[in-house]
Amino acid sequence: MKLSLKLEDQQQNQNPILFKAKIPIAVFGLPFLSAFSATHHHAAAASDKLSLSLRTHFPTGPSLKLSYNTPTTTANSGAGKMDTSPKPKSKSKKPKYSRFTQQELPAWKPILTPGWVIASFVAVAILFIPAGLLCLSASERVVEIVDRYDDECLPDSYSNKGDSFIQSKDTNKTCVRTMKVPRKMTAPVFIYYQLDNFYQNHRRYVKSRSDKQLRDRSYADETRDCKPEDNLDGDENEPIIPCGLVAWSLFNDTYKLSKGNKVLDINKKDIAWKSDTEIKFGSDVYPKNFQKGELIGGGELDETKPLSEQEDLIVWMRTAALPNFRKLYGKIYSDLEANETITIVIQNNYNTYEFGGEKRVVLSTMSWLGGKNDFFGIAFLTIGGICLFMAINFILLYVCKPRPLGDPSYLSWNRNPNGL
Amino acid sequence: MAHGRIRAKIRRSSLYTFGCIRPPRESTDEPHQFRGPGYSRQVCCNQPQFHQKKPLKYVSNYISTTKYNVITFLPKALFEQFRRVANVYFLLAAALSLTPVSPFSAYSMIAPLAFVIGLSMAKEAVENWHRFMQDMKVNMRKVSVHSGDGVFSLKPWMNIRVGDVLKVEKDQFFPADLLLLSSSYEDGICYVETMNLDGETNLKVKRSLEATLTLDDDAAFKDFKGTIKCEDPNPNLYAFVGNLEYDRQIFPLDPSQILLRDSKLRNTGHVYGVVIFSGHDSKVMQNATKSPSKRSTIEKQMDKIIYVLFTLLVLISLISSIGFAIKTGYQMPNWWYMPQDAKKIYNPTRPFLSGCIHLITALILYGYLIPISLYVSIELVKVLQALFINRDIHMYDEETGTPAQARTSNLNEELGMVDTILSDKTGTLTCNQMDFLKCSIAGIPYGMRSSEVELAAASQMAEDLEGHGHDFSRTGGQNGSEIELETVPTPKGESSPTRIKGFSFEDHRLMNGNWSREPNADVHLLFFRVLALCHTAIPELNEETGTYSYEAESPDEGAFLVAAREFGFEFCKRTQSSILVREQHYSYEEPIEREFKILNLLDFTSKRKRMSVIVQDETGQILLLCKGADSIIFDRLAKNGRVYEEATTKHLNDYGEAGLRTLALAYRKLEESEYSAWNDEFVKAKTAITGDREAMLERVSDMMERDLILIGATAVEDKLQQGVPQCIDKLAQAGLKLWVLTGDKMETAINIGFSCSLLRQGMKQICITTTVDMLNQDSKKAVKENIVMQITNASQMIKLEKDPHAAFALIIDGKMLSYALEDDLKHQFLSLAVDCASVICCRVSPKQKAMVTRLVKEGTGKTTLAIGDGANDVGMIQEADIGVGISGVEGMQAVMASDFSIAQFRFLERLLVVHGHWCYKRIAQMICYFFYKNIAFGLTLFYFEAFTGFSGQSVYDDWYMLLFNVVLTSLPVIALGVFEQDVSSEICLQFPALYQQGPRNLFFDWYRIFGWMGNGLYCSLIVFFLNIIIFYDQAFRVGGQTADMTVVGTAMFTCVIYAVNCQIALTMSHFTWIQHFLIGFSIIAWYVFLILYGMLSPELAGNAYKIFVEALAPAPIFWLSTLLVTVACNLPYLAHISFQRSFNPMDHHVIQEIKYYKKDVEDRHMWTRERSKARQETKIGFSARVDAKIRHLRQMLQKKSSVLSPRVALAATRT
Repeated sequence: MKLSLKLEDQQQNQNPILFKAKIPIAVFGLPFLSAFSATHHHAAAASDKLSLSLRTHFPTGPSLKLSYNTPTTTANSGAGKMDTSPKPKSKSKKPKYSRFTQQELPAWKPILTPGWVIASFVAVAILFIPAGLLCLSASERVVEIVDRYDDECLPDSYSNKGDSFIQSKDTNKTCVRTMKVPRKMTAPVFIYYQLDNFYQNHRRYVKSRSDKQLRDRSYADETRDCKPEDNLDGDENEPIIPCGLVAWSLFNDTYKLSKGNKVLDINKKDIAWKSDTEIKFGSDVYPKNFQKGELIGGGELDETKPLSEQEDLIVWMRTAALPNFRKLYGKIYSDLEANETITIVIQNNYNTYEFGGEKRVVLSTMSWLGGKNDFFGIAFLTIGGICLFMAINFILLYVCKPRPLGDPSYLSWNRNPNGL
Repeated sequence: MAHGRIRAKIRRSSLYTFGCIRPPRESTDEPHQFRGPGYSRQVCCNQPQFHQKKPLKYVSNYISTTKYNVITFLPKALFEQFRRVANVYFLLAAALSLTPVSPFSAYSMIAPLAFVIGLSMAKEAVENWHRFMQDMKVNMRKVSVHSGDGVFSLKPWMNIRVGDVLKVEKDQFFPADLLLLSSSYEDGICYVETMNLDGETNLKVKRSLEATLTLDDDAAFKDFKGTIKCEDPNPNLYAFVGNLEYDRQIFPLDPSQILLRDSKLRNTGHVYGVVIFSGHDSKVMQNATKSPSKRSTIEKQMDKIIYVLFTLLVLISLISSIGFAIKTGYQMPNWWYMPQDAKKIYNPTRPFLSGCIHLITALILYGYLIPISLYVSIELVKVLQALFINRDIHMYDEETGTPAQARTSNLNEELGMVDTILSDKTGTLTCNQMDFLKCSIAGIPYGMRSSEVELAAASQMAEDLEGHGHDFSRTGGQNGSEIELETVPTPKGESSPTRIKGFSFEDHRLMNGNWSREPNADVHLLFFRVLALCHTAIPELNEETGTYSYEAESPDEGAFLVAAREFGFEFCKRTQSSILVREQHYSYEEPIEREFKILNLLDFTSKRKRMSVIVQDETGQILLLCKGADSIIFDRLAKNGRVYEEATTKHLNDYGEAGLRTLALAYRKLEESEYSAWNDEFVKAKTAITGDREAMLERVSDMMERDLILIGATAVEDKLQQGVPQCIDKLAQAGLKLWVLTGDKMETAINIGFSCSLLRQGMKQICITTTVDMLNQDSKKAVKENIVMQITNASQMIKLEKDPHAAFALIIDGKMLSYALEDDLKHQFLSLAVDCASVICCRVSPKQKAMVTRLVKEGTGKTTLAIGDGANDVGMIQEADIGVGISGVEGMQAVMASDFSIAQFRFLERLLVVHGHWCYKRIAQMICYFFYKNIAFGLTLFYFEAFTGFSGQSVYDDWYMLLFNVVLTSLPVIALGVFEQDVSSEICLQFPALYQQGPRNLFFDWYRIFGWMGNGLYCSLIVFFLNIIIFYDQAFRVGGQTADMTVVGTAMFTCVIYAVNCQIALTMSHFTWIQHFLIGFSIIAWYVFLILYGMLSPELAGNAYKIFVEALAPAPIFWLSTLLVTVACNLPYLAHISFQRSFNPMDHHVIQEIKYYKKDVEDRHMWTRERSKARQETKIGFSARVDAKIRHLRQMLQKKSSVLSPRVALAATRT
């Protein structure tokens, strides 16, 4: 099957070919065939042609061809004798009329009339202000409880020595926090941990992982990018699985929630992306040599469970865009009534004291828009408001200083006739 | 060559007085004595085999104007590419991308660069191929060469070697510089047309040595041997020094024996010559300067913007690396999750070093500020624009079958910025064809037909009157009719069915013998006899039709002879001493053959400005018939010869105003005794041996050409190329200045000035010429003082001029120009020239043309365009910012050196006003947009850096960034660059004032550029911060997941794609389906890519795996934020353009509106009025001429009506 679009017709078929070559080449590993040919008619015919073409060269399937032909040159050739009368041949040099080549394609030529300007501003306003209100109301409906605990969970005796507190093996790291539910939170309630001043987006950090290793057991030694957490004690036969700084610094605070005396079950299933658990993290890849090196990192992993089931890790491995970020910890599938008191028992393991970070625990419900996000609605309202304001301004301007459209007196030669 | 043989019997040298006087043998018989450097060339005539090896091996006759050959292409073309500073930067970045310093993967840096450079080089290759093919066409021309034993055979030009003997036939070009050996004329003279060299249309006489005269046969060359020793190749066209050693004698050679390459043999059957200089050694090629690679103003300015962006890039990179150093030095030690790095990049103990390394990373990362695809996109756009120029059906010349051609596409936008046009005259403005149009005999004007100038002016006047209609109706009907009288009646179509070349005369009073019924028929008879006898032409019988055609030295003369033939005085034979004229006095009579004895012929030189013959008719009456410039003839009239002087003067003025070339005719009756006395003296002078022979001859001739009796005057139209006056008028209205640089005589140039409306009656002409006394005292200093004085006086005069409508014209000749172009004087000269409405330089050499062009270009800093058709224009074409060659005529040099070629001068209007205007706006908008889009995108990378501890992490996937410039945003901007039209082509032509937007650079000034950059900055801020805050920390979808870096990056990138594509839709004003398609395609392509990329295996897609399908598409916030950010990004621009259009509209805005509301159809009157007003204040062109005339009429009117009634006068002044 051949489908071709030709912009130019060449009548001369029997041009002597000067040179013709077809060279198969590979571009990005794909087969291509490039062809080059030059034809030449000297003197009288005054036409020569060069053509270059490149087409795909798959053994089967359709091929795509890109070709270039030089337009026939205009040279009037030969000695003075032969250029007196128009030759019949030269007729072919006449450009063919087409709306395309004459740049006369039918075109839509909109102009910004005052009507259009005002209408478009008003339209944006009409669209954005209700949208803003809608988003704002969605955001309003979301109940969110945030509790910062990194400082609160530090005993007074360690008040300025968070480092040593957290690094010491003897200190009691359990910490109990209570919080009040301001409004009714309908299930599911999402529990997040929030870290501040943690550069999960640092280039060094982001790169320090091996997607291949995570996905496939056979790539266990694929730890090139993971230094210094690549191999256990530098032994190449003992790769760390999962390797790299990201996994190594896994968040390891734990939360236990209770409502009165009733323990709330935290469901930690389905907190990661489905594609991550199913495809990106292998179901036959088990942690190995993890957190066994000299350097003490974050959380540990259950070596009996494949990576695809370790959703905490999977969530953590999705590096955040900003140094302040929240990550999903789990969900509670029960409603929390207004004014109920929730108790959270926190195992305060994760070291944020060294780099001056903060830790928070967040409970939040969801709207159709996601979490609490007042800014979104406000932004819509602002833009809508500005548009409305602009529309009013333009209306006023047009009323005060009308300019009839197409009024020739605004042409530059009419405005300042002397110094055009 | 039957008639060639017949003609060859005439020894022309005995006929001519001045043209080919053989200098007395004694004076220059001594061979030139030269030794040492500069005179080393030795040519073994007829022994080319000696020139095959050193030291006599000279360059072959192969010429090449290509930039590259097969071997040099790669290095040279690569070098050209990396002369662009941005490309060097990208090369470095690509090299560094192979190291760990790079924030991106190597392929994402190398692939676009390879693509961009490969495409540019492919374009270079194609263009070079074109040049090569054109060279080959010249090289393959055939000429007959002596191949031994007296046999001549055809060989291509390129195979000619020094020492070859060539036989060049009539009307052929000389393939190399030749020494003339002999010609078909017995005395070895030949005529040469050097139009391609110096633009002069007069034929030049060349004369061989007497010693080689015998070599006038093919067979004679069997044993011919000789040696030429001469100067080395040099560019001086008018000098040659050498000796010929032949027959054991040494003969000196001078320029009159040299036939130069690219000149043409005329009026001579054939010549034999030996090649002295071949190929690039020939004088014309030596004169050719290397074709410079030109860059447009916009591109130069673009470089500056690139530097600005580089500065910005370095600045933010510095900020970045300082931030990185601080973070690494002070904070990183606390970041336990990034333990000590063995590598140096993140070494907290040596933050300074880390900072330095990071500087490189940052420079690569922010490289997106520099649009890598800008150059290649511009190049692609320009190629497509060039295609449109080539295909424009309105610039196709039916007659020669040549379309316009953009030979180098990188100057398209420069066409829209031209300020001064420097034009050649012959072949460019004129066709070099004369038409006998009018004459005045015995004080009575004949000839009904109007000249082209009159026709053009009349139609313009009619249009203007329509435009000013109501103005005139107020002044009263009577006055209106008075103006009507002034308009020239247009002839009623082409009445004569068979147009005769060279004859457009139309007046039944003279035709078909009717003249004999006119009063003073005897004067008429004399008039026609002067036409038929006073010339140097040779008749040639066309055997088929039985009519004669004439081979004349100048086209004027040919026109006279044709006219004489049509009037019934057919010149049919010239013998050594007589002319045979077939006279037909009455229409019913059989023609009578009359023989006139030519006693003497005092021929034309530019100094004498006249020509005379002394003839004796059959009755023995001796007459001196003279034709010449009117001023010269009028000075020499006898007291009783001035009967018709007053009437003739008036007619001459009229003819001059109508743009015609005029000559006055006179005669003198001589008594036998008077003549013989004079002739003795004349013969004495002619054979004098002393050096002042020429002066003596002149004096003697002068004695004879006195006491003349005026017969009348002729008016010949130097046929302008089609549409030239209209085109000049339009160009003037578009605000362009036109300088004419011609190799022709001053009178001719002034005449053309009149016929092109560059000059008009009432314009003050400032002529800077050599005066007679200056010729005598040739001390340079005196001449210079004189010219300084002339220039100062003229400047003073202009300064003191009070009348705002006064126009000045500067006319300068080549000799004075050479002084005026000297360093100390040139600026004074330029400022005078700029103050003048039109400038005409006559008798300028090719070099001077180039120098004038450079002076204008550098002195005014404005864009210049040079247009010409011959080899003599090559220098100027190459020197100017844009060179335009006239194609379709013989000789390809100008076209080959040019950037654009058109078949007719009149196409220049469309080329500039339509294509130039469009291309300028397109490219300007396109570049602005490019910078906008890359700033908008590139800066988001920088902001993100600040949030990653300046570590060099990019928020976008490598592939997004790769595609951004190449696929996702480049196509609509290319469509903008190729298809955008602010107004249609008809409107461009109707409103020439719109063109001024280009020369004033309204669309690419710094205000606009920084405006766009500011817009980019704003966009980047909005895109980044809105997205960051929206996706900050809370869940972004119902599933509860928070946004990771990939989600934020993808959402942000989507916003960028939308914002920039909507922006371009706002920028465009002309949407064909192509624009609609490409904008839509760009946006859809992004989603398609996202889906496809997400479907790749996770190893390739990384975190973007299924990002769209799984994470983003189900989240309403993603779609809403895209909408929000896109609108927010484009709001200020929309408000700005709305405001500008509403309260400060530009011309094209108003015209667009008029068109949009179809006001042009409803209010035709307004439309016509605006069209006539839409032009620049101009003092040249026939519109200005008409204006001047109307002004003049008004003044007269005012005077008249102020006498009649003061009320009407008041009304008249108000108008």
